[in-house]
Amino acid sequence: MNITHYVKAESLEEAYMLNQKNTAAILGGGCWLRLGQQRVGRTIIDLEKLGLDKIEETKNEFIVGCMVSLRRLELSKELDVFTNGALRESLHHIVGTQFRNMATIGGSLFGRFGFSDVLTCFLVLDTEVELYKAGRVSLAQFVSIKPDKDILVRLIVKKTPRVVAYESLRLTATDFPVLACAVSKDTDDGVVRCAIGARPAKAKLFREGQELFADGFSAEAIKMYAACVQDSFVFGSNIRASAAYRKDMAKVLVTRALTKIMVTGGTENDNTILD
Amino acid sequence: MIIQYWINGEKISEDVAPDLVLLDLLRSKGCYSVKCGCETTNCGLCTVWIDGIPMLSCAVPALRIEGHQVTTLEGLQEEAVEFAQFMGAEGSDQCGFCNPGFVMNVLAMVRELKDPTEEEINEYLAGNLCRCTGYISHMRVLRSYLAKRQKQVKL
Repeated sequence: MNITHYVKAESLEEAYMLNQKNTAAILGGGCWLRLGQQRVGRTIIDLEKLGLDKIEETKNEFIVGCMVSLRRLELSKELDVFTNGALRESLHHIVGTQFRNMATIGGSLFGRFGFSDVLTCFLVLDTEVELYKAGRVSLAQFVSIKPDKDILVRLIVKKTPRVVAYESLRLTATDFPVLACAVSKDTDDGVVRCAIGARPAKAKLFREGQELFADGFSAEAIKMYAACVQDSFVFGSNIRASAAYRKDMAKVLVTRALTKIMVTGGTENDNTILD
Repeated sequence: MIIQYWINGEKISEDVAPDLVLLDLLRSKGCYSVKCGCETTNCGLCTVWIDGIPMLSCAVPALRIEGHQVTTLEGLQEEAVEFAQFMGAEGSDQCGFCNPGFVMNVLAMVRELKDPTEEEINEYLAGNLCRCTGYISHMRVLRSYLAKRQKQVKL
């Protein structure tokens, strides 16, 4: 590493100002430190002192500080109930307990990594990120913005009632996913949302195909929706899988996730904390 | 930057370089149980506890431990010796290179999980790679070790 300055920021303003240099970087969990000089700035800005390592719950939202570890998210009973176990499912395959104790939600989302399980999962929830300068933007919008020098301060998960399911495919345990898939069904307006990640490009949200569920959630409707998702995304090849394999598997994962939602009910969110 | 921290209960104040990684700091203090096995923050071999939470010391900037307690296998000798005897009895410590990180995570697990299932054990320890055993003997060790600690592996 060629870090020459390590600053424990006293305020977000200080962190923001320091981060405007091209050679500066905000330190999340540090999980990339060994993976290449280009990812490590000469000035490292640590947000540890800013109290952003808390998950808070209000009547309408979960507010997750950017320094909350993936493991803390995984162990949050409230978020587990709210997402029907889908959030935990998206997290517990990631490398190992020790890694998830370090990796932060801020780092995971800010990187807009193609392989990101957690980004894929949060995309189908009613989620926003709070950026220090740009303020609140939807996660879907944030993903489409080119990474800049703003700071992701918090993740906000609104308690819009949605039944959620998450599926991923891995060649071996603890590896990056070959494909990641999250699906949700809004229990108020019935809208089905699907996000496909590790294509291997970054996860993207799909909101089309609602007419396929006009007559309800049937096996036939699920099959047609899965085919629709499969045809709507562009898949690529890399060391883990070919584009053709990913496209085939997308249909399988979407079908599995939607079937889970159908079994869960699909009409009623069982997250009792909403009451 | 001058920082104050603790290694295995010993308080230390010293000037730490901004690019020093915790793994290297610990080895410079004689904690040779802490090793780098993979260079990609994936293998679990460099596991230490920071304030009791298992983490991978190869990716922790040393300055981040300011004000924190770091525990390595050297600081858990009594428990480590006890656990090593179970490993020896089952022949699960073949080349032994991955043992320190594995033992650190097992000892964190027994503090965190009450009566874990086999699935929970596999999940907790999935980030500790062993290229000799195939993990079957590890599970035998854990069954007998947890039974002795009056915890059961639920099947």
